Amino acid sequence: MPKPPQAERSHQTERPMIEIRNVTRNYGSFKALDDASLTIKEGEFFSLLGPSGCGKTTLLRMIAGFDNPTSGLISVDGQSMEGIPANRRPTNMVFQSYAIFPHLNVEQNVAYGLKRLRLERSEEKRRVEEALAQVSLTGLGKRLATELSGGQRQRVALARALVMRPKVLLLDEPLSALDKKLREQMQVELRRLQQAVGITFVLVTHDQYEALAMSDRIAVMFGGRIAQVASPKEIYQRPVNRQVADFLGGMNFVKAEIVEENGASLVLDTLGFGRVKTDKPRAFVRNGGAATLGIRPERLRVLWDNATAKFEVAGKVVERHYFGEITHLIVEIPGLEKPLSVTETNDFGADDIPVGTSIRLAYDPEALVAMAD
Amino acid sequence: MTAMRRFLASGWLSTYAFLYVVFLYLPVIFLPIFSVNSAATPKFPLSGFTLKWYEDLPRTPALLDAAWNSLVVGVSASILSTVLGILAARSITRYRYPGRRAINGLIMAPLVLPEIIVAISMLLVILQLGLSLSLFTIVLGHVLICIPYSMTVLTAGFEGFDRSLEEASADLGESAFGTFRRVTLPMVAPAIISSLLVCFTISLDEFIIAFFLTGTEATLPIYIWGQLRFASKLPGVLALGTLLLAASFLLMTIAEILRRRAARRTQNEGGLHA
Repeated sequence: MPKPPQAERSHQTERPMIEIRNVTRNYGSFKALDDASLTIKEGEFFSLLGPSGCGKTTLLRMIAGFDNPTSGLISVDGQSMEGIPANRRPTNMVFQSYAIFPHLNVEQNVAYGLKRLRLERSEEKRRVEEALAQVSLTGLGKRLATELSGGQRQRVALARALVMRPKVLLLDEPLSALDKKLREQMQVELRRLQQAVGITFVLVTHDQYEALAMSDRIAVMFGGRIAQVASPKEIYQRPVNRQVADFLGGMNFVKAEIVEENGASLVLDTLGFGRVKTDKPRAFVRNGGAATLGIRPERLRVLWDNATAKFEVAGKVVERHYFGEITHLIVEIPGLEKPLSVTETNDFGADDIPVGTSIRLAYDPEALVAMAD
Repeated sequence: MTAMRRFLASGWLSTYAFLYVVFLYLPVIFLPIFSVNSAATPKFPLSGFTLKWYEDLPRTPALLDAAWNSLVVGVSASILSTVLGILAARSITRYRYPGRRAINGLIMAPLVLPEIIVAISMLLVILQLGLSLSLFTIVLGHVLICIPYSMTVLTAGFEGFDRSLEEASADLGESAFGTFRRVTLPMVAPAIISSLLVCFTISLDEFIIAFFLTGTEATLPIYIWGQLRFASKLPGVLALGTLLLAASFLLMTIAEILRRRAARRTQNEGGLHA
């Protein structure tokens, strides 16, 4: 599987910025993080994605220095962080609650960390202005924290961290408190900002779209373990297991039988899709003769009238759900224990297909993903 | 429901509320009234308006000594109990440990202990320790009864304090002490001042413990107690009492305003969904 091109990232290098080596964190008998290993590269926008309780925040807080590993090693920019407290680490954090100091105004909040550097007054002022400009808050320096909207508070938190010129910026669910529209706008802005400043960003989120839209690479975590680390496209198209596939958008799962396994490919027998040859996932570990075949709902296309395709399955529409620009069809396929869900754009009238209609669906065998059971 | 509404409409509720307040404050109202009455005995009808009882106050050296003693005791007791209160309130609001509730209860207990029992016990302990009775021993006694009040005010100030504020400060390079000075302290400052005022007021007005634990020096309430033996001194006592009352009201009002401001400030910061 070739890696998607990432050449346009001007600041990204191959130099490791953060190294997580076999890090475990126990709280009593609960393993919040279980033997996690990870390398985050310089200038990368990296996301830790997973449901709540998967250990992503624990890992972020250990990088920041608010928590310490039970065992294992964390290093930032080649330097071990063991025994180094939060206030002496080259990282800065944007908190989920933003943690804006309520007794200070915007300028004083942004200058908070600079005060300790004892810069010249003009230099400090220049850096504060620059940071405020970076987050489009120019002119709001004298506002009190209590007079700001949620989006503005978030920008202050960003400016306050960026002004320190950290090697790594840590973001703990920074967009979760914003409404949908503002959240989407901030996703674009955050990404643009990261490209402009070239600092390594590590984002914690439980929102898969957020992670897909912003990141260079994503680590998907479940139950304290890292399940997969890859680019957004690879994570979405080639999930290593059902859990990852399920967490990132919808996926149809079809029972399959392994007929043949060799170095790079698998031959599977399925009821609905017949005999299929697919790429073997990198982390594929055979578990008996069974496997799962997956296909994303949007990779199944409705075949109109007499159109034919090289690869197709036939079935009957049992449910139809209208979502504006798209329609969800639930299609029963003879032989499959679960109906397939199909996402079709509405430009050809998928929203008008009556329930009960017999239809044929086309698919590209490239879109079929084999997963270990 | 309609009965209740009729009751309200008939004005009975406002009459009840009026009587309630009269019951609370009528005795207190007599104090300023008789303190400007020209007769030496507090009796109706009033004989005439005068300020001479007030004018006599600063000309009484014993009273000035007592006032000074009260000031010293009040300031010391309020500072000591507020410092101890800050430590305890922070521990109770910030950390989770076994026995937290029990400790909180024990600290608050002096609030409901009979003061005379506390006074006698303290007297016994102090004598056993071989300390001599002085203003210092009064301060100790007052700290004991002030801490519960100080705790109440300060816990309200510390509660809802977003912990990530302190983490943010550390994250921006500030040391633990610097964080306390630049973030924690300014945020709870109104609560601290409020606690100081409440404790000072309590110490200023407290009689029983001061009476038991003092040596030869009198605080204002002890001075007043001493003056009550002389009928002719009563108007002076009333004037002094009025001043104490006014000072207490003023201090408590300021304290309450500050306490509310502190609570509002910490609550604002919780504004995750602002």
